[in-house]
Amino acid sequence: MSDLEAFRSELRSWIDANCPAEMREPVRDEDDICWGGRNFTFKNDAQKAWLDACIAKGYTVPDWPKAYGGAGMSPAEAKVWREELSRIGARPPLSSFGIWMLGPALLKFGTEAQKVHYLGEIARGEIRWCQGYSEPGSGSDLVSLQTYGEEVIDPVGGDHWVVNGQKIWTSYADKADWIFCLVRTDKANKYQGISFLLFDMTTPGVTTKPILLISGNSPFCETFFDNVKVPKVQIVGEVNRGWDVAKYLLGHEREMISGAGGGDRATTIGAALSRNGLAEPMLRAQLAMFDVDALAYAAMGEKFLDEAKVGRGHPAQSNMMKYAGTELNKRRHELFMNAGGSNALEWESEESRGGGTARGWLRTKANSIEGGTSEVMLNVVAKRILDLPGA
Amino acid sequence: MPLFHTEDQAMLAASVAGFMADEGNIKKQLRSLRASNCQDGFAHALWKQFAELGLTGMLASEADGGLAMGHVEAGIVLAEIGRNLTPSPFLTTSVMGVTALAGGSDDLRGRWLPGVIAGDTVLAMAIDEGPKHRPQSIAVRAERAGNGFRLSGKKQFVVQGASADAIIVAARTAGRDDDADGVTLFAVPRDAAGIGHNAVRLLDSSMASHVTFDNVELDGDCVIGDVDGGRALLNSVLNAGRSGAAAEQTGVASGAFDMTTAYLKTRKQFGKLIGEFQALQHRAAHLYSELEIAHAVVIKAQQLLDGGSDRAELMVAAAKAKAGQVCNLTVRESVQMHGGVGMTDEYDIGLYMKRDRALAEFMGDQFYHTERVAQLSGY
Repeated sequence: MSDLEAFRSELRSWIDANCPAEMREPVRDEDDICWGGRNFTFKNDAQKAWLDACIAKGYTVPDWPKAYGGAGMSPAEAKVWREELSRIGARPPLSSFGIWMLGPALLKFGTEAQKVHYLGEIARGEIRWCQGYSEPGSGSDLVSLQTYGEEVIDPVGGDHWVVNGQKIWTSYADKADWIFCLVRTDKANKYQGISFLLFDMTTPGVTTKPILLISGNSPFCETFFDNVKVPKVQIVGEVNRGWDVAKYLLGHEREMISGAGGGDRATTIGAALSRNGLAEPMLRAQLAMFDVDALAYAAMGEKFLDEAKVGRGHPAQSNMMKYAGTELNKRRHELFMNAGGSNALEWESEESRGGGTARGWLRTKANSIEGGTSEVMLNVVAKRILDLPGA
Repeated sequence: MPLFHTEDQAMLAASVAGFMADEGNIKKQLRSLRASNCQDGFAHALWKQFAELGLTGMLASEADGGLAMGHVEAGIVLAEIGRNLTPSPFLTTSVMGVTALAGGSDDLRGRWLPGVIAGDTVLAMAIDEGPKHRPQSIAVRAERAGNGFRLSGKKQFVVQGASADAIIVAARTAGRDDDADGVTLFAVPRDAAGIGHNAVRLLDSSMASHVTFDNVELDGDCVIGDVDGGRALLNSVLNAGRSGAAAEQTGVASGAFDMTTAYLKTRKQFGKLIGEFQALQHRAAHLYSELEIAHAVVIKAQQLLDGGSDRAELMVAAAKAKAGQVCNLTVRESVQMHGGVGMTDEYDIGLYMKRDRALAEFMGDQFYHTERVAQLSGY
């Protein structure tokens, strides 16, 4: 038996022994996801037991170094971990923007002290992070952001910035403990005038206001900063060089939104949606065409992750993944609606789990907007991968 | 296993890419064969060069004198064949033919494989019986006669059939046309009495035959594998051909795409390079995305085939469907973005559009395989 197969069999026994049955049920909605954080309420004991078991082994972030709360797995081992979870349909023990977005950026740009402190908190699910990027006037043109941090030299209380401004589309800002935030620290320099700051959402001057969306839910907030004091040590990377960190992190955000790594078993929908002969032949054909694309995209996701983990593949490939993955997901939910008929229209009934199909469909419309629109993704592919002129 | 080429495979890809660009390019092969009205549809000299590189027998076992490589490696060769539109018997002979013979007796393999490996022998596949691929129904009959069989019926789209040394025929030896059982594969030598060829040139300058079998007498030695139990072997041959054709389609699409992005960077209108226009940039970027996805599903299907996975069949269907979609989209967009010159015979881009059509029909088009994905998924 190869080392990797021995590793797999060891992991399999461990998962069998430690993953509670409830944690092997499919995630049905937002409520089933374990986000962690100061104010998180576990849905049941199983969710907490699964999280605790994984934290003890570093399995919430299996490929991070052990010193920062991970398990130090190699890319091949981390793939085995994902495969073993998906084999029995086990839920991820912990989901968070800390794991998917801030963590990778800190691993690359953070100081040793920042890594030990912040990565450890993320790995243990202690702090829930949100992302302060977009502003009312800065969506696709993110670099035009105006939220300003004024430098204050303070020999007594410590040097700091005083931050004023507004962010928008801040996912779960009302539930998050800390924010990683792009703040202009030099008004004269567009790209090299932004700093990447971290601060506590309970800092005086921070307020949030949920935005009601077409789905009837409010996953996003407006976030306001009124003379918010941020100590100078809470910067990632150098002053005015936050755009580099932001772009790197955006790559990970796009990867997350693209849904890469979902595996191919969960992605096809035709069999489930055409049960009982409900599908018209034309709809069945659309389902089959979708399933072809979904199987192909799952293979692409696997290839993308395999390549990314060993530093192969184009650095801008996450833009292509984000474009293809989100457009596919929107198609998936259109088909859920088409196949669901009038059942899918129900908005509040118990049978529809509070309008799960309809609200889920509406939510996906944001996929090709958040984290960079499909049009911006295509611009980036044209410029950075295809090297087309003047793009 | 990671879903990208190993070091060995990357080396193979680099060397085959160089060889195909030098020796198998459009000017040297496709255009020259077309100009000389070549009736074989490929150059025997080039086939000998394939043999010298070990490509002809790459899928044959080491015991049979081959390299015992897999479908991933065959796909690497086919992608380069596709990119250069190289006419060759590689897919039918070295991929499908060798896969068929692997299910045959020592004697049968000894009769045909050494010639294949040496680049002297060409095999053709006779599967289709109508204008669309329907291998689930086989009407060509082989009746028992003495110690052998008597073969009667018609096959079509037998690529390079008239110049093949043997035709591998899927025939019915028992039951009704649509039965899964009762199928037998035969290796029929070219000189068997009663074979009639109507060789026709296709739109991409390749040659394919309508083959008539008129009471062709075959001895028992021509049977590949089990009498009446050939469906499983036929499926292996089809999987090999379909994943191979899908790989070739990604090569055709890549060739057309590269030619088109290069054109976008040189052609000027309105005082600008046309590649500066966002309308074209977005279409090019979309093609890139689709092409990457097609590459991924093809290599996934080939890895699963090589690993003997029970999901290989589904993924091969997805690969042929996706590669078919993407190759067709790419060549259509490529011709449009080339504008008027895309319509001329002088420019190569039109050749890509023709080749796409021939490969699309070969072993089932995107609609056939999309339907298969539905059926294999249980709906």
